[in-house]
Amino acid sequence: MLRNKLNLSDEKIARARELASVISEPVQEFIDKSTTTTVERATLRILGADGVDADDQPIANVVVDNMGDNLAFGAAKPYINALLKKGFTPDELNTAIAEGLDIHELELTDFTHIKAKADELIQIFAEKVKKNVKYRNDKIKEYNRPESNPKLYIIVASGNIYEDVKQAESAAELGVDIIAVIRATAQSLLDFVPYGPTTEGFGGTYATQENFKIMRAALDKVCDKQGRYISLVNYCSGLCMPEIAVMGAFERLDMMLNDSMYGILFRDINMYRTFVDQKFSRMVNTYADVIINTGEDNYLTTSDAFESAYTVLASQFINEKFAYNAGMPARLMGLGHAFEMDPEIKNGFLYEMAQAQMAREIFPEAPLKYMPPTKHMTGNVFMGHTMDAMFNFASKATGQSIHLLGMLTEALHTPYMQDRFLAIESAKYVMNSMEDFYDEVEFKKDGLIMQRAEKVLNQTIVFLESVQKKGMFDSIEEGLFAEMKRPKARGKGVKGVIERAPSYWNPTEEFLKRELGIN
Amino acid sequence: MNIKPYGDALDDGAMQLSFTLPVPLDAKAREAARVYVMKLGFEKAEIVYSKSIAENFSFFVCYGKSAVVLDYDTVVVEELEQEVMSYDEINEFIKREIKRKVVIVGACTGTDAHTVGIDAIMNMKGYNHHWGLERYPMIEAYNLGAQVPNEELIKFAEEVNADAVLVSQIVTGQDSHIKTLTEFVELLEAEGLRDKFITVAGGPRIGNKLALEIGYDVGFGRAVYSEDVATYVVEKMVERKLAS
Repeated sequence: MLRNKLNLSDEKIARARELASVISEPVQEFIDKSTTTTVERATLRILGADGVDADDQPIANVVVDNMGDNLAFGAAKPYINALLKKGFTPDELNTAIAEGLDIHELELTDFTHIKAKADELIQIFAEKVKKNVKYRNDKIKEYNRPESNPKLYIIVASGNIYEDVKQAESAAELGVDIIAVIRATAQSLLDFVPYGPTTEGFGGTYATQENFKIMRAALDKVCDKQGRYISLVNYCSGLCMPEIAVMGAFERLDMMLNDSMYGILFRDINMYRTFVDQKFSRMVNTYADVIINTGEDNYLTTSDAFESAYTVLASQFINEKFAYNAGMPARLMGLGHAFEMDPEIKNGFLYEMAQAQMAREIFPEAPLKYMPPTKHMTGNVFMGHTMDAMFNFASKATGQSIHLLGMLTEALHTPYMQDRFLAIESAKYVMNSMEDFYDEVEFKKDGLIMQRAEKVLNQTIVFLESVQKKGMFDSIEEGLFAEMKRPKARGKGVKGVIERAPSYWNPTEEFLKRELGIN
Repeated sequence: MNIKPYGDALDDGAMQLSFTLPVPLDAKAREAARVYVMKLGFEKAEIVYSKSIAENFSFFVCYGKSAVVLDYDTVVVEELEQEVMSYDEINEFIKREIKRKVVIVGACTGTDAHTVGIDAIMNMKGYNHHWGLERYPMIEAYNLGAQVPNEELIKFAEEVNADAVLVSQIVTGQDSHIKTLTEFVELLEAEGLRDKFITVAGGPRIGNKLALEIGYDVGFGRAVYSEDVATYVVEKMVERKLAS
């Protein structure tokens, strides 16, 4: 694949990366001396905490909520100590906690025993996850199908997991490669993960471990029937990012939506909370070989795609840096962007192509995720279908990796079965008929496309320089990103951010860092 | 005046339909699709395309000629009818008639996380070349964003002494938007604030009629810009003598 059609300056790209790196440093320092309630709950889940008590409170929440200020030492120790003291398995201990056992009243046993037990529990986690990674790789090898480029990605969002299964099966039969279950809109702000299968939810279906399991099992059947691997996507975002990453690792999700800043800007989650949570999530994602999808498309739903294209590229650089800091290789970074240019702009499609190609060249190994038009979809389904066809064209022409199918009924209702059919039919037509387009076509030297890409890169550098000068935290506070002002001390989940005590202990984090080769 | 849909000749009643039936595709399914369309009041129907789109689901495109005639004079509209002022006219109107800045607070409430509607009306850049309320020199606009609890919205509106409150609901399931909208009005009434603000509901599923039924002053559905909302608010303020 041609890597340099736009003649972008390598020095400028390197400069932008360097700026992202400098910007992330103070944030990384903060992350490394902090923990959060959900990081601790994720830790407990890795060690075996599961289930809920009589009030539907997850065991992980019960343990963490009862720790008070002691959370600064980490939640792993008291949980493992209780297993040893009581001679319980994790399941037995979870039941006892659900029935009212307060593990914090138990006397601490010798720390060497606790450490040995931690190693044993983490091995169980590691084996489960490794088995999942192996299953996925083996199946892909066994099916031995050429990879579609890009992979077609579709959304189901009925609110009822059993209905989602039916819709996913029918979409899979039509030939999509990736199925995402959209989450209930309220879930990102819940400070716990709901439990069990769910059949009600507004705007989507709750992300629960049981729902993950149900959908994965259904898709595995379709995979075997069709002889190709179909990927499952859910969200590790919101207030329980790291916990959902752990659930995804257990249930073999293949991709998870995860952005280093989305929650801050678009869900008003506290900035410190999000930064700490994203790192732990991404370590878990990396260990489970899960591709993340970042949320840059959201910048363009609030800001104009022509004027604010640089905010997308800037966010991609920042997401990339934070992902590297979490040990994630580029091949797992599904950096996002979107086809949101106002259809009335003259040559708008050329600018759209320039921006998509630019992302391709700057992040050559990343499985880029390209999002369809939403902002300028009006209810005129015929025009909408045309815009989606142009989006399909742009995606194939610029070698995108993950292609979220546009629906002609975008902005009207969650897709009907026939809407999905029409979307898939259009995408397959466009992509098949221009299979070798990428290699055939080059851009005119210093033409509109080249100039546009260079301009956006220049604007990105200027923007990143201003963020670097101000510092990341102040920049967010002052509204430099997405025109959203997010005060440092406010936002949801701010109370769940805790400074680590000097003797803080988290064996799961130590394990992940060791495995991923990071500090 | 009697009217029918127009294809290429007056009163031909021509319409296009597309739909899915939950049966496997075969000759019987195609005939079933045609018969179904005839039952809708068409006097002619032709299934021009059919395709199996899942196990036991068939998709059809149909052209039909409707027999149904409508007396146009009997139609009553639910939408608000007003002469919309331009951006400049609205600012002038406020200077002249109200003589101070108008304070407008807006939010997407409840569990709804979709700000496209409230952003299109309020954000500086607006939508489709119509500036948003934040841009109006004579309007002080506060967009609180998504998933704002009704209580918080009311509290904020009181703090900034709002003249009007805009409540947006975009994505809904099982009529959650109606519950959320209703709760807002109930809270206002409980706190004795119902007449303090001009209340505006907005969203793709919200017509003026629905909004009035729930207890709002007005409701706006699709294809509405900041000018529509601002015109209503400032004229209502003068009408209610809230302009002091």
